[in-house]
Order: sequence, then structure tokens, then C-alpha cells
Amino acid sequence: MGAIYRREMNAFFTSGAAYVFLAVFYLVSGIFFFNGVISAGTTDTSAMFSSMFYIVIFLIPVLTMKLLSEEKKNKTDQGLLTAPISLWDIVLGKYFAALTLFVIAESIVFIYSLILSYLGSVVWSTLLGNYFAMLFLGAAFIAVGLFISSLTENQMASAVVSIVALFVIYLSEMLVMDFEGEGKIKNVIYKIVTAFAFYSRYVEFTQGIFSLPSIVFFLSTAFLFNFFTVRVLEKKRWS
Amino acid sequence: MIEVKNLTKRYGDKLAVNNISFKVEKGEILGFLGPNGAGKSTTMNMLTGYISSTSGQILIDNVDILEDPKKAKANIGYLPEIPPLYVDMTVEAYLGFMYDLKKCKLPRKSHINDVCNLCKISDVKGRIIKNLSKGYRQRVGLAQALINNPPVLILDEPTVGLDPNQIIEIRTLIKKLGKRHTVILSSHILPEIQAVCDRIIIINKGEVAADGTADEIAKNITNEHKMTLRIEGETHTASDKKAITEALKKISGIKYVRADMEREKGIYDYDIETDGKTDVRRDINKVCAENGWNILMLQLSDLTLEDIFLKITMGEENISAKTSSSAKKSPKLDLKIENGELKASQISDDLPGAAEAEENKGGEE
Repeated sequence: MGAIYRREMNAFFTSGAAYVFLAVFYLVSGIFFFNGVISAGTTDTSAMFSSMFYIVIFLIPVLTMKLLSEEKKNKTDQGLLTAPISLWDIVLGKYFAALTLFVIAESIVFIYSLILSYLGSVVWSTLLGNYFAMLFLGAAFIAVGLFISSLTENQMASAVVSIVALFVIYLSEMLVMDFEGEGKIKNVIYKIVTAFAFYSRYVEFTQGIFSLPSIVFFLSTAFLFNFFTVRVLEKKRWS
Repeated sequence: MIEVKNLTKRYGDKLAVNNISFKVEKGEILGFLGPNGAGKSTTMNMLTGYISSTSGQILIDNVDILEDPKKAKANIGYLPEIPPLYVDMTVEAYLGFMYDLKKCKLPRKSHINDVCNLCKISDVKGRIIKNLSKGYRQRVGLAQALINNPPVLILDEPTVGLDPNQIIEIRTLIKKLGKRHTVILSSHILPEIQAVCDRIIIINKGEVAADGTADEIAKNITNEHKMTLRIEGETHTASDKKAITEALKKISGIKYVRADMEREKGIYDYDIETDGKTDVRRDINKVCAENGWNILMLQLSDLTLEDIFLKITMGEENISAKTSSSAKKSPKLDLKIENGELKASQISDDLPGAAEAEENKGGEE
């Protein structure tokens, strides 16, 4: 796992993907920070975070799109799959590399809070709540992106499908908002979708509430999709 | 060291590998030979655990590759058809990565240096793989397989893209490695297989068509034998031709005699086909001596590996059945000369194989 993690981290920085990711993230989050917090004359960072998340949905696929699809295309997966390591080592090595980069990007908010602390008192509960909310959501989304990357040899297909998938997952609740109490079938759909809701769990954090079930939910989603990825690699060997 | 039992691989309806069984002993160099799409690479991919088999068993040093893949894979160094190179890394960084990936315990720096020296890539160690020529990439691929000194080496067409000098170097290297490692290599260059391998397995349409040393296969495959004779008759006229043909036809074991052209004045050549079971040379000699004829030339038309390969892979469907059944019955008459033939053909055949590789402009520097 360590070897793959280190290689992926190096590849992120040598291929430039990391710089693009970080630059866009810092630029856009900086704009949101200025508009949503400083110009608005508040020290509440919630508005900034909620705007930022739409960018994250676009940027996470940039991190994950090539992780496995490129290996397959260049046949370098032959080296990995014939090495004396398990499939989990491969998947988790790549997963944590992407997660590390995401954490590096997201931690910019502590610099923002430093700036804020000169201007007023920082509301730490919402800031930390938002920080961890985004971290957990990101952890789940990266697993989804990695899974989609394992399904195709084409980076672009992987990226586009990931963006769509993340949007659907993130916004599924809003899509079925009107379904509540409108006939049996619609009600069932509503209940199922809200049971797997990402958004309301995310929102919970942003209000500064640390809910254990939500943490478990996000972490198990991450685990589940990594597990799926392992199965996809495994299936390839068997087909 | 490697044991393959009833290995079968199916892709949907397509049977890629059909019931292959063989064993490779420690220190043996085994050559896989077969036309494109015969199942060579599929077999190698299964041996290394990259894909699984539909049925059958693979034991690497008595460890089943599907039951304990980590342990089995630790014993294998694999160079696939397309070397699994990360093109944006330098050679040194890449080999370091493979070193970590294989959990190598040998001293890092000196081991990587040793492997680089062995594959002659020390001078490109700092370069990014993307910028290397095909020959160098191939050698980096080989270096990667050698990391951690695995007892089993599986090389899928290791000399593709190398120039003639490098091909000879790699061949010598493989031979050297064969002393300490068990090696399986595939190739479509026949002289290469002949020069390097102790044993050859010819795969055709997913099945083992022949298994043995080049000589053994050659012997088994030819169950009809042809030879050309030049016999000097008494009278140096065309009447000799008739008399000699008739006399030869009477020898038991000769199926067919045909008088050929007049090669020297009054002396004819005769093409003879035997049944493949009896050695007729002594009888021919006796008959000629009795009639006062002189044998001026006796030449066996033997099969080179190239002929065998063509014979197996083109047409003759039931050749594998033939080879196994005729194995015991086959005569020994051609062994000595055949060796000479094989060696002679090998030397001259080196050139086309090498020339082919030359096109790929092996070393760039």
C-alpha cells in the first residue's frame, strides 16, 4: 500500500494534476471567502462552505478520473496485479493518495480562519463542523470516483460519469423533495432516498453538530465503494 | 518448480486455452512458441495470476496461484508483452517503486544497481521512461522483472524491439539467468527459442501441439522420411536410371522412388520416401554394392524448427495425436545429421530475426 501511495502522490505532482486541482480549489474558495465572508462583514463561514461544495463536486473527479483507468489503458495494471500485494493494497493506496490531496486543499480554510481572527472572533464550531463535513463527504465521494475510474479505460468518461454521479448522490434529496405524502409509491421512493441522503447529513455538520451516525454513514459509504472497486478488479481477473 | 494441470481459459464462447498441462523443472528454460492468438500470452497471464483460469490448476513452487496469490506471486518476475512502465517516472524511481511493491528485502541501492548493470540500463537511470526508445523500455521492463531475484521468470517476447547486438546480449543474459532461475519465455522468433531454450512447447489454437527439445520435436513430427540419393550406374546411360529405380523400389521400407534430373553426366538423382519406421540406408548401400553402383551422395531432407512450426500451425489438425503416437516408433536414423542441420539453420537464421528487430531502432543514445 505504501509503495502505491507514494507513487500516486508523486504522479499527482509530476503530472500537474495536483497543481491544477489545488490552484482551482484555492482560487475559487478564495473568491467565495472574500464574497461570502469578508465582503459580507461576517465571521460565519457556512455560506462559503456551502458554495465551495459545488466546486468540490467538479474537482474530485479530476483527482480520481485517471487513478485506475489510466493503469488499465497503459497496461501498467499488469505490474500491480502480478505483484505480491493484495487488491486492497492497490485500491487503498490510490484512495488515500487522492484523499491526502483533498485534505491538503481543504485545509486552506485554516489560513482563512487566521485571516478572520484578525478581523473578528471566528465561530470555531461552524468552521470545524464544516471542515469535517466536507472531509467526510469528500472521503465518500473520492471512493465513488475511484470506483467509477475502475470501470472504464477512458479518463474523460470516468470524469464525466463521476461528476454526474456525485451530483445525483449529493442532490438526490432535492430531486424527490415533492414526493413526500403524495401517493404510496412516491412516498416509498422519498423514504428510501432520504434514508441514503448525503445532503441533510452534510448540513447537520455545517451547523456544528457532530453526529456519530452521519460519520459512520460517510465512512461506510467510502468503505463500500472501495470494496466495490476491489470487486471490479477481482472480477476482471475472473472474466 | 512450475506445474500446470489441465489449464483452460474461456472468453465467453471463445476457447483461448484448452486443457494445457506441463511441468517446468528448476533451472529449466522453457520456450513457448505459437502463432498469434495461439494462447501464449493468455497462458502467461494465468501463470502470473493476472487473470484467472476457467478451470485447471497452476502451482508455483507447490503454491497454488489462486489460493495463495501473494506467496505464489512473490516467486515470479513477469515481463508482459507490453512492459508495465509508468512513463512519467525516471528509470530509477520506477525500479524503486517496483522494489517497494515487491517488498524486496535485499539492500536497496546495490540491488537496483545490480539489476541495472545486468540489463545494461545504468546509463539511462536518471531519464524519464517516456523519452526512452523501445529497446531501452524493453530492458527496463526486464529489469523490473528481475527485482527481488524471483526464482521464476516469465518473459513474454523479451527481445522485441531490440537491435541485433542487444538481442544477443539479452539471450546470453537469459541463458545466464537460466542457471539460477526457472525461465519461461515466449517468442515468435524461432532461432531465438532454439538458441536459448532447453525445451520447447508449441502452442496452437490453445492446445499444446508439441513438447520437447527441438530435436525431439523434429523427430516426432516427421513420420515420413525423405532422402535424396545420387547413384552412379555402370553404363552412364538412361537405362541405369530404370534399373536403379526398380532395384530401390524392391527394398522393404521404401514407399516411393522417383528418378530426378541428370545432375552429372550419366548420373541421376533419386528422391526416396520411406515409411519412417525402417532405416533403409544400409539396405540401399547393400543393393548398390551388389550391382556395382556407387552412391555419390545421400542427403536426408530434415525439418528445421521453422518447418515444424509451419507444419504444426498450418493445416495438419491431428498432428499432436500423431506426435504422441509415433514418438516411440520414430527411427533414430536422422539424429546425427539432423543435429548438424538444425545447428546450421540456426546460424543462418539468426540474421532475419535480428534484422527484424533492427527496424525498431533499439538503443537511441
